[in-house]
Amino acid sequence: MSHVWRPLWVVIILVAGILTFRHFYVPKSFGVQEQGYMYGFHRLSNEKEWINFPISYKFSKDDSYCQQCHPGHVKSLLASPHAIIPCEDCHGPALNHPDNPAKLQIDKRRALCLRCHANLPYPGAGRNVVPGIDPVTHNPGQECVECHNPHNVMEGLQ
Amino acid sequence: MERRDFIKSAIVVVAGAAVPMSALELMNPRDVLAANPNLKWAFLVDTTKCVGCGMCVKACKTENDIPWTANVSRTWVERYVVTKEGKVWADCPKQARDGFTSPLLDENAAGKISVDPNDIAKGFFVPKLCNQCDNPPCAQVCPVGATYKTPDGPILVDRSWCIGCGYCIQSCPYGARFFHPIYHVADKCTWCYHRIHHGMKTACVGACPFGARQIGNLKDPNDPVTLAVLDSRIGVLKSYFGTKPQAFYIGLSKEVD
Repeated sequence: MSHVWRPLWVVIILVAGILTFRHFYVPKSFGVQEQGYMYGFHRLSNEKEWINFPISYKFSKDDSYCQQCHPGHVKSLLASPHAIIPCEDCHGPALNHPDNPAKLQIDKRRALCLRCHANLPYPGAGRNVVPGIDPVTHNPGQECVECHNPHNVMEGLQ
Repeated sequence: MERRDFIKSAIVVVAGAAVPMSALELMNPRDVLAANPNLKWAFLVDTTKCVGCGMCVKACKTENDIPWTANVSRTWVERYVVTKEGKVWADCPKQARDGFTSPLLDENAAGKISVDPNDIAKGFFVPKLCNQCDNPPCAQVCPVGATYKTPDGPILVDRSWCIGCGYCIQSCPYGARFFHPIYHVADKCTWCYHRIHHGMKTACVGACPFGARQIGNLKDPNDPVTLAVLDSRIGVLKSYFGTKPQAFYIGLSKEVD
């Protein structure tokens, strides 16, 4: 009967090997969780890993965080229609600023302003409420901030 | 025993026996509490407020470490232009990470399309992101248990467990999933799970100057999103798939799906 047992031993060792590997490789918290087999079959500890993903943006309410060190800029911003724009939209993520990064990368490009101020002819769209220009004819090649103060836009041209 | 008493007792016994044991188990307060955690995230998009600046896409890509130059994003903004003859144009150049700054529509292989402003009946923008469905097809099809629904709503991907088969990317009716070019696993919007669990708004909600995006807790009866879902005229995307999306939209148009 050795011709039966020889391949059978191979199969038995293979299965035992796979089960042993599986026992050590699959984490203890892996299994069917609260949401059931269909939607909740996962490694439970992964939820904590996602919660601990690093944060970049602060997006503090009414820019109170930025106001602590830059009261002048925030005050002029809040007095203008640009008050609705969070500081970090143009100044970049600032969660650990001023520790890291010590200096923020300010996006002063014309393309940034055009996101809202390039005129698009759509009746009824919110875009029409925003004052718009035609980027092709309105001082092409020049940066907007050369003439307009992005904080207090009502100040007039510089 | 009188005939009347016998009938009374018989009714009580039969009625008592008719109550199944499972019904009594439902009354266990611990089970009731476990089935009703006090968190259930919901997203509200007011398309009427969106101006197509794409600040949400920029913030999302930066916050969530999605390669800037790759043509993938966890959230995106679509532009719809409907002509007076009823022709519908739609585009989403680079997932709108740079916003919409040109009236030309980017129709990919067909090139840039110019539509005469006098022919335009309506034009609008629709921000999109993962709907964190209550019946998520993506979590259902995952063969290895790498993607799953959390008890408070969002669907997450276990990056150490995903084998990158792409089945979930195919199964999402909303096209909300993509293959992460660096980690080589499926990736998707998490409604900034790391931010909302630390008392912050999602990056896209925080970046939107116009209040077109909101996130809230449906279990809180005073949450602005809960109130809007309860008393505003809201819609969801592709309701006919039965996925029960948890991102609600104000101002959807029939051209959007």
